[in-house]
Amino acid sequence: MANGFFTDTTLCIGCKACEVACKEWNQLPAENYHLSGMSYDNTVALSATTWRHVAFIEQIGNGSHATAATDGANRPGAQAVSESIRQQPGPQVRSGDGLLGEHRWLMMSDVCKHCTNAGCLDACPTGALIRNEFGDVYVQPDICNGCGYCVPACPFGVIDLQQADGRVWKCTLCFDRQKEGLTPACAKACPTQSILFGDLAELRARAEKRVGMLHARGITGAYLYGGPDEHTSVGPLNAFFLLVDEPHVYNLPVNPQLPQSKVLPAYLATALTATFFGVATLYTLLAGRRWSKNPLSAGFPLRGMREKTMRWGVRRNRA
Amino acid sequence: MSFGRGGATTAQWDLANSDCIVIQGSNFAECHPVGFRFVMEARERGATVIHVDPRFTRTSACADLYAPIRPGTDIAFLGGLINYVLEHEKYFKEYVTHYTNAATLITEEYKDSEDLGGIFSGFHEDEHAYYTESWSYEGESMPRAAQHKKARTGETFAERVTRTTQAPPPRDETLTHPRCVFQILKRHFARYTPELVEQICGTPADVFRQVAEAITSNSGRDRTTAFCYAVGWTQHTVGVQLIRTCAILQLLLGNIGRPGGGILALRGHAAIQGSTDTPTLYNLLPGYMEVPLESEPTLDDYLAEYTAEGGWWHNFPKYIVSLLKSWYGDAATQENEFAYQYLPKLHEQTDYSYYPMMFGMVDRQIEGLFVMGENFAVGGPASILERQALRSLKWCVVRDPVHVETADFWDMDGVDPASVETEVIYMPAAWAAEKSGSLTNTQRLLQWHDQAVDPPGDCRSETWFMYHLGRRLKELYAGSAEERDQPLLKLTWDYPVEEALEEPRALAVLQEMNGYRLADHTLLSGYKDLQDNGGTSCGNWIYSGVTPAADANLAAARQPDRAGAFSNHQHWGFAWPNNRRILYNRCSADQDGRPWSERKRLIWWDAQAAEGKGQWVGYDVPDFELHKAPQQPPDTQGAGMAALSGADPFIMHADGKGWLFVPHALRDGPLPVHYEPVESPMPNLLYPNYPHNPTAVFFERPDNPYNGAGNPEYPYVITTYRLTEHHTSGAMSRWNTWLAELQPALFAEIDLQLAAEKRLQTGDWVTVSTARGAVEARAMVTARMRPLIINGRTIHVVGMPYHWGPGGVVTGDIVNDLIGVVLDPNVRIHEAKAFTCNLRKGRKGQKDGAHGAENNEVATRTRVDLHAELPEGGIINRFGSEGAEMLHRTSLAER
Repeated sequence: MANGFFTDTTLCIGCKACEVACKEWNQLPAENYHLSGMSYDNTVALSATTWRHVAFIEQIGNGSHATAATDGANRPGAQAVSESIRQQPGPQVRSGDGLLGEHRWLMMSDVCKHCTNAGCLDACPTGALIRNEFGDVYVQPDICNGCGYCVPACPFGVIDLQQADGRVWKCTLCFDRQKEGLTPACAKACPTQSILFGDLAELRARAEKRVGMLHARGITGAYLYGGPDEHTSVGPLNAFFLLVDEPHVYNLPVNPQLPQSKVLPAYLATALTATFFGVATLYTLLAGRRWSKNPLSAGFPLRGMREKTMRWGVRRNRA
Repeated sequence: MSFGRGGATTAQWDLANSDCIVIQGSNFAECHPVGFRFVMEARERGATVIHVDPRFTRTSACADLYAPIRPGTDIAFLGGLINYVLEHEKYFKEYVTHYTNAATLITEEYKDSEDLGGIFSGFHEDEHAYYTESWSYEGESMPRAAQHKKARTGETFAERVTRTTQAPPPRDETLTHPRCVFQILKRHFARYTPELVEQICGTPADVFRQVAEAITSNSGRDRTTAFCYAVGWTQHTVGVQLIRTCAILQLLLGNIGRPGGGILALRGHAAIQGSTDTPTLYNLLPGYMEVPLESEPTLDDYLAEYTAEGGWWHNFPKYIVSLLKSWYGDAATQENEFAYQYLPKLHEQTDYSYYPMMFGMVDRQIEGLFVMGENFAVGGPASILERQALRSLKWCVVRDPVHVETADFWDMDGVDPASVETEVIYMPAAWAAEKSGSLTNTQRLLQWHDQAVDPPGDCRSETWFMYHLGRRLKELYAGSAEERDQPLLKLTWDYPVEEALEEPRALAVLQEMNGYRLADHTLLSGYKDLQDNGGTSCGNWIYSGVTPAADANLAAARQPDRAGAFSNHQHWGFAWPNNRRILYNRCSADQDGRPWSERKRLIWWDAQAAEGKGQWVGYDVPDFELHKAPQQPPDTQGAGMAALSGADPFIMHADGKGWLFVPHALRDGPLPVHYEPVESPMPNLLYPNYPHNPTAVFFERPDNPYNGAGNPEYPYVITTYRLTEHHTSGAMSRWNTWLAELQPALFAEIDLQLAAEKRLQTGDWVTVSTARGAVEARAMVTARMRPLIINGRTIHVVGMPYHWGPGGVVTGDIVNDLIGVVLDPNVRIHEAKAFTCNLRKGRKGQKDGAHGAENNEVATRTRVDLHAELPEGGIINRFGSEGAEMLHRTSLAER
């Protein structure tokens, strides 16, 4: 069984220790020094040089998140919510001047999901992307030639080309540390056990228990994102999450799908379209010949087209 | 003052045992994220976590209940809780009656602030100070052990001594006598109702009631509540009284000295606790002993002043004599008062504290300065003034691992470097991993760390620097017969040095603090071994026991308790005093020595233990005499610990009680009073005649202007704070690219309503100003800030982190430039957490906010960025001459 991450957002305190520990261990450069204006999140997204990223979602004010919270309840694993999510985990001021109602400041440490069916891995033509002995998706930097096919193949937008060296980079799940029996840097640095690393089977069991516990405590909007019972083409995620709101709130796809899974329908659609146009063209050619013999066709709306076709016909005849 | 020691009463890990945790005056999750795991653990175990703060922060996001509050009104809030506890009889009756001074009678002369409209008896209007005779226990003189800060009285020392009686002060354990502390307390806080709290603090009354309900239902025999605070409580002109208010509340609820209870002072750095234990302060010697005054010309005078009749401080002579032996070795003898005359004596009327020192520098009374591990050109409050102080020096030594602004002040504020005469000697310092030593953290815990690598190049540790500086100075003065040179020449300075760098052995310093017997140089196992006859040497009595043997260093111990068990982590590091984890833990058992409840068991009396002699046993080192039975009555003629009964848990106090009422010692009253911050938009609703602390220390100087109270030019309240991503002045984070990218620019947090008024959007430039100066920042418009309705008026709070300066990878204006110098009378702390400001859209140097909207692009203000943003013309108009000069400089550099 593979190793993976269980990131429990209800325990995250937004300290970003995971981001810094990741960059320090993997010696990744800082990207830029721009204030994003997106709450306390200034790294904004995962990238070739940011392999852990903490999102900050302010849900403050009257009812702004009430809808979202109710939506969260429709996720698999979540109980019907309406009142309950107000009780936990966000603090509340139940009265006051009306500016602040129930409110939350969600924090979530995002990372490469190390999918069971990894789009990037399938797309890689050089074999640089492999599934390593710990069950995780790993880019071999000495083989990657920077073709970038894997970039659009990731439904989460994780894997990214580094402009400086032309290769792709993403979380290795600290492959080097794992080989030495060490916990990945982010999980090691997390002060509240929001990021847990370990055997996936154990993590999943623990996560299920945690969801049950939160439901019992009234946080019925809690559910697992990337669990085995979700019907997505990426399959269960080796790095999965406990969320309390809809995935899109955290900038995660609601129903992640592999681009490959769209190949057959796309192929069929293309074939169908080609057939249609082929038939249409043939029909036009044949009909055109007939129309040209018919003086009544002068007012036919497709006259121009017909004429063009005829001209081509003339040209072809000349050639 | 309330309990007797200058340290947190509990440890961070003990918060996991709490049933309710109130975090107020602290942004625990952001500023102490590692320790916050214990709060999260408590929450997971079902505890209620409450955050009371002007801003909705990452701590609030993790709390069960968030209560907004106007900065600087915490005494009103806590006073409201005290009133709630008293009014609804929610106090812990047995605890309060037996372990606090609630029953003690106060003199008839005492007049409360409620009687006198905002001041206590003994106030001298002309001196802005109190004479404290009337704040005494009936029939008792001042308990001298309380005098960490020498109280002012009209009496001479001799008069006071003759007034001393040996009998304990009269008590009324029914708590009904009108002059008993309990009744005084009730009258004092009677007006602090939930409605008044709402009017003063802006906390909705029903939210306040929820907080009150949570703490009272989670206190008592079976449950405990903990309070956590940090500089959000201390940096006020009422800082000391603010913490006192919490102490009163926790004593009434019976939460001190018990698992999951206590008051946790969260320190801002790794060794801030250590820096007061082994102080770099002007008024303290190691182990919280006073620096002698000129009025104590002989050792006998000094000992008479500070040796308590009753309680632990009766041992004072042992500690000071052992300290003198440690410093002066063989040169300290019985005949020469153990070299007492080598100690400098403070002049009583002179203020040697931090800010007078700064003003002394500005006024060129001080010529030279050593700065180590501090970047006050950015991190010091009133930093404009502090940079001026640096420019007024003749020389200045700055030791820091990075080239901080404090070494760069000559090239700031637009001054011509040629006009600055200060000679700056910058010496590169070693980082923590490049040196060995111990840090004393927030829970009084000494933790040893070993050196990992040698420092590069010329970087050296502080220990190296101080040792070799001292050594060279001694060499320089060698052979001098001048009396004034003797304190230096006779100083013991014999640390062993190691390896090529000649680094002094850090463990030898710790062993010197631990203390040893002079006869055979064997290390002491604790401060109980100390003698007052010169037989022992000890550099800091409270650290005694940390290295009980040559091969034992308890600070390096790293044995955590197993998960799931009740844990005090007794074998992890060393906690002073005597490795106690929870102070005053005698309180965890009732007066007969039984635990209050099974659930909150910590130490208890076992009459069968120690071969029938009886002993205190349990999960912690008892903070009590080990074999003193709970039923033992006090020996009223006895001295020291004998004067305390077996049920007097606060052994540092002469009467053994926790002090709801502080008889002397504080300079601004025996009980806390709500005063507004000195710069407040609101009048004092309780005492209109005394808007702010009448004993606050002002410095009326042209270079320290005040906004004034209620000044319409400065209508907004401002509070300053830290972020997780940076460390104080930014010296350890602004130069670190990984941290700098996480919070790259200075911002001001502004509520939606104020932003709408000022037409501000996130990312716009705003200029925030006070009478001292102005800074520009990016607006962060967020609903996490909320306008407060204060007595019918809308008050906006602006929040600004203070990490930026002109140096480092990311730069920004210096927020501390906004702060003025006005101080708490007890400990000389400034008021940085609540003052007033104005705010307008646009950059500094712009006349109004008209052009601010042009800069909607969010970017950090680096010199290069500034250049990029400049329009073709109108430089002077938009940026002022400073901007033009910077542009000029940038252009020159590019050429």
